[in-house]
Amino acid sequence: MIKARVQIMPKTGVLDPQGKAISHALASLGFSGVGEVRQGKVIDLELSESDPAKAKRTVEAMCEKLLANTLIESYRVEIQN
Amino acid sequence: MQAAIILFPGSNREQDVHDALERVTGKAPLKVWHRDSTLPKADLIVVPGGFSYGDYLRCGAMAAHSPIMREVKARANTGTPVLGICNGFQIITEAGLLPGVLLTNRTLRFHCKDVHLRVETSQSIYTRRYNAGQVIRVPVAHHDGNYFADKDTLDRLEGEGRVAFRYCSEAGETVDEANDNGSARAIAGILNEKRNVLGLMPHPENATDPLLGSTGGQGFFASLAEALA
Repeated sequence: MIKARVQIMPKTGVLDPQGKAISHALASLGFSGVGEVRQGKVIDLELSESDPAKAKRTVEAMCEKLLANTLIESYRVEIQN
Repeated sequence: MQAAIILFPGSNREQDVHDALERVTGKAPLKVWHRDSTLPKADLIVVPGGFSYGDYLRCGAMAAHSPIMREVKARANTGTPVLGICNGFQIITEAGLLPGVLLTNRTLRFHCKDVHLRVETSQSIYTRRYNAGQVIRVPVAHHDGNYFADKDTLDRLEGEGRVAFRYCSEAGETVDEANDNGSARAIAGILNEKRNVLGLMPHPENATDPLLGSTGGQGFFASLAEALA
């Protein structure tokens, strides 16, 4: 069994209204000096696979097909042993 | 004209579009559950509004990969008209039938109100009963209606006359206040290259009866009834 973690982030230049709202909320709570805030998501997967390189390729295919919309999001796949 | 409306768990505007189509064609559209892998013969396929799969992952992403959508894509590619309204627009962009994507409204709010749209082209089966430049009033109801595509795609859409509707003021001007979801170039609806697929965020089906407060969407369904008779 291999565990994989996918991090998905809005691409640079794509409007991230949630990140903006978080930034404003932090400022109103008194946290000064916060620059840009970007919000993404994390997806953890378990794979019945023993080869880490193969697992990574599979998860990357999942990202391309469903997990991320590559028009607006970038992704990073991390294989955890 | 026989229309088929695709139903997903979480669709909620299917009856509205059903009634709007039945009113102009005199024929009740079929409803097709998403688990069905075969589609009945249809002159028009509608992907209605709602919150398919609870908007999980991204709006429309789960529905776009459901079995029925393979068949919808195949039909669209052979020329069958496919209409995606609101969540249906999100679904067909995620499915790759139209370019771009719908992001969260720049206000971070759910917008539920009437808007003005400028009909940008009458060269489609969806808009032939309107005049280009005509302003209509129809409702919107969405949280993720902020149309986004890269510059080349936007230029191409405009160059090929594939922008069908833009958000505008009552007087027909594309002012920033009228585009409060933040859509690129105030785009509210677009056509594919072959002009048989249309996606739009507003709800013309909810503006087809005077009882509903506006009849701005009547021309939309009259166009379809005329083109697909």
